[in-house]
Amino acid sequence: MQITSIDDLQKAKGTGLNQLYPDKPKILVGMATCGRAAGAQRVYDLLHKKAQQEHWDGVVEKTGCIGFCYKEPLVDAIFPGKPRITYGEVTPEIAGALWEELAAGRIPEKQIMARLDMDDMVLNGGPRKFFKGKLKGFLAKTPRYEDLDFFKLQRHIAMRNCGFIDPDNLLHYIARGGYFPLYTTLTTMTPEEVINVVTFAGLRGRGGGGFPTGVKWASCRKAQGWPKYVLCNADEGDPGAYMDRSLIEGDPHAILEGMLIGAYAIGSSEGYIYVRAEYPLAVKTLQRAILSAREAGLLGENIFGTGFNFDIKLNLGGGAFVCGESTALMASIEGKPGEPRAKYVHTVDKGLWNRPSNLNNVETWANVPVIIGKGADWYRDIGTEGSKGTKIFSLVGQVKNVGLVEVPMGVSIKDLVMQVGGGVPENREFKAIQIGGPSGGCIPKEHWDLPIDFDSLWDAGAIMGSGGMIVMDNSTCMVDVAKFFLDFLIDESCGKCIPCRLGLKRMREILEEFSAGKGSLADLDEMESLSEAVKDGSLCALGGSAPNPVLTTLRYFREEYEAHILQQKCPAAVCKELITYTINPELCNGCTACVAECPQDAITGDKKKPHSLDTSLCIKCGACFEVCKFGAVAVA
Amino acid sequence: MITFTINGKEVRGQDGWTILEVARWNGIEIPTLCHHGALEPYGACRLCVVEVNDGKRSRVVISCMYPIRPGIQVQTESPRVANVRRWIIQLLLDESPESPKIQELAKTFGVTPSRFKKAGVDFACHLCGLCVRACQEVVGVQVLTFGNRGLRKAITSPFNAASKECLGCGTCTYICPTGAMDQVFQRVKG
Amino acid sequence: MSVTFKALENILEHYPPSSEHLISALQDVQAKFKYLPPEAMTAVCDHLGVPLSRGWAVATFYKTFSLEPQGEHDVAVCLGTACHVRGAHNVYEKFRRELEITGQEGTTRDLKFSLRQVRCLGCCSMAPVAQVDEEIHGNLSQRKAGHLLRTYRTR
Repeated sequence: MQITSIDDLQKAKGTGLNQLYPDKPKILVGMATCGRAAGAQRVYDLLHKKAQQEHWDGVVEKTGCIGFCYKEPLVDAIFPGKPRITYGEVTPEIAGALWEELAAGRIPEKQIMARLDMDDMVLNGGPRKFFKGKLKGFLAKTPRYEDLDFFKLQRHIAMRNCGFIDPDNLLHYIARGGYFPLYTTLTTMTPEEVINVVTFAGLRGRGGGGFPTGVKWASCRKAQGWPKYVLCNADEGDPGAYMDRSLIEGDPHAILEGMLIGAYAIGSSEGYIYVRAEYPLAVKTLQRAILSAREAGLLGENIFGTGFNFDIKLNLGGGAFVCGESTALMASIEGKPGEPRAKYVHTVDKGLWNRPSNLNNVETWANVPVIIGKGADWYRDIGTEGSKGTKIFSLVGQVKNVGLVEVPMGVSIKDLVMQVGGGVPENREFKAIQIGGPSGGCIPKEHWDLPIDFDSLWDAGAIMGSGGMIVMDNSTCMVDVAKFFLDFLIDESCGKCIPCRLGLKRMREILEEFSAGKGSLADLDEMESLSEAVKDGSLCALGGSAPNPVLTTLRYFREEYEAHILQQKCPAAVCKELITYTINPELCNGCTACVAECPQDAITGDKKKPHSLDTSLCIKCGACFEVCKFGAVAVA
Repeated sequence: MITFTINGKEVRGQDGWTILEVARWNGIEIPTLCHHGALEPYGACRLCVVEVNDGKRSRVVISCMYPIRPGIQVQTESPRVANVRRWIIQLLLDESPESPKIQELAKTFGVTPSRFKKAGVDFACHLCGLCVRACQEVVGVQVLTFGNRGLRKAITSPFNAASKECLGCGTCTYICPTGAMDQVFQRVKG
Repeated sequence: MSVTFKALENILEHYPPSSEHLISALQDVQAKFKYLPPEAMTAVCDHLGVPLSRGWAVATFYKTFSLEPQGEHDVAVCLGTACHVRGAHNVYEKFRRELEITGQEGTTRDLKFSLRQVRCLGCCSMAPVAQVDEEIHGNLSQRKAGHLLRTYRTR
């Protein structure tokens, strides 16, 4: 279907809406990577097959991830005149039983997580109510999304379509108001007006730096040189962050539309998306989205008959974290090793192929259509003084409700962890939250009232980064965490400049001494001066921010370092050189489970009698600790 | 002409010059390792760091690549600069304690080997890339390259094997500041 | 799989001779042969008109590429932050012991498994996770890791 006019767009929207909300029952399966990992593919296959076999008069469809990762696989039932019902933990084993009920037109109570009374639509003129009148029975008692602690503080703007549309269906995207902002842009706005709106909206780069997006666009527009390139950074490499993957897998056209609007503003006709090859589903989803947009005439020449041309190429990353850095990313697109270069001349002036280039990340692009569609004033109302809009975080680690959450800027760490995340698991205690990936820092409980925005995190020694939030409890050792991030960065450093290549290695060597109970307090000062040298001396942001995890743990958890150095103790019982595993004979009932797991044959004892562990053979792998159901294995 | 200051002294240079070029023209000493007048700057060794204040903020940059701008104030010996330089020399010295060039640098800046000093390496390569750039830019055969990354990064030829394209000209060994190239050269020329 | 002229030709015909296609073309070769055979790398460089030294630099820089044949099953264990705080390191060591891999990463002697570390598969909700070939396995423990290998051994 060609979409070249507003009539075409309206028609596509009509068709799309009929598909989104047909006059018959519909079953949705969350099929982003996180859902698939939990078995969603098998659930979908089963439901789809049943529907076909039984000639069911309804629709079984896939959709993206709405964020409830801890309840995957997710299945939604949308019956005409009924609220949308979300079922959680629908494993392949119980999907059959759910099908029996739904196919018979019944809404079962089992596995229900929440209901949705209306679809907010964000871009499409107000909410769409699913039913009239009052609910009865258990449905009335089922919590609404907005009643759930997990959702109360959330506001989905970038994730507006995730979990609502089939990401491969262009009409679904249009049905929820997609590509209308592009039409408005191309037919009623000058490039300068677009830049002004985005600047005034206060959008800042969601990839981590927080640079004002409109300002970047304006510099690139002004830059001399042709052609100009518009790039999307989808090389999401921060461990513990997967919001970009989820956006791509749930709503790829939002990114394409954002890039189209940006290209018009900057004066570019060529775009690139650089995406991680480790995300095969995201790659496929983008390929299909680009193809369908091209077929519809939304990418290519003379878009909406306005004379504006723009097309997008897809480049697959080669598995190098440093390629998230702008100059390394551009080197990689050019077919070179991803070595960064000095940025004394900015990439907006000389970037890809030495031409003016504008790079924004996935989440930034996904916000753009909403800013145009709803206006800068609407967007400015959300967030804090210096950081407007929302931010997606992946809330992971030692927290109950693991998932993707999109909240207005300014929500506190405490609310995010305790309310949205439901706190840390039983018998444990919140210790710190790691924000901003390997360039970020660990923020302790004393600072958990901190409202999260670009500037407050910077002041606390962390950075927003791409939005990974890893919750740590008292079983996490901060020296070990610092070591973990250094290992990561040493592994990912391109090796070009000396402060990063050799400086990080030295920092690692000093930490290794600490975690073995060696070193002195003077070494802590040495570590700080080396950290400053690495920060100041490194070529790119990878090295320039690499000391942050070390510096923040030193700043907030100095006593934990001192325990290692002065008392040869690892309070969290993690550092292998400082811990011992023992078996408490009073708790051991001789079940022999540990004997079977021990790779060293270090555990001996008769059946049903307390066992003992030979510490001289023990390699501290923790297998016995993990397998003991009676708490008889102790580690200290 | 562009006018600015280095260590408080007013200096001038042409548009497009780097801080290092202007400094050397004015007899101001800045140490370098990966810089060579005949080759494109690469910015790997970071020894040539200076602190630049452009009126808005002060930051540490490398003088071999930073283009001069009117009114900037450059410090070649500020505490931040000295800290970076001292650590780089420390790290280099511990990697190759026997290299004459590094020993000379260490002596100038008063750096002595630390407890992490490596044993058994006489002429470690510091990946300054002079050989690679000379092979590409001057000789034009592009035999030598950086292989791998991070700590495993090394100067190699494809497949670590002798190269048919290598002319055996020896430019790489001539330009190598540490002597590490001799061994690689023997392997590459076959 | 041996390197045939035909198999390479099928890959190279998608790419006009320009250096920008180097990484994409090598990725196709890697996908086809599960590693980069030297003759294939040379052919790609010749076709695209880039020096072999550039091909070598790229092939050794990016983790996607391997220069040696890989095992039948690819075991990628996630050592991302979320997995790390949930004990992924011990799980990884279990895989290493079971597969008798001497280095940090490697391939078993019988070419049945290749073990490697990845930093974040983006399945943090199921940490610790490992991906065997295309399939992701979550909530791993050392014991489950052992079971997992046994099921793939008998496949």
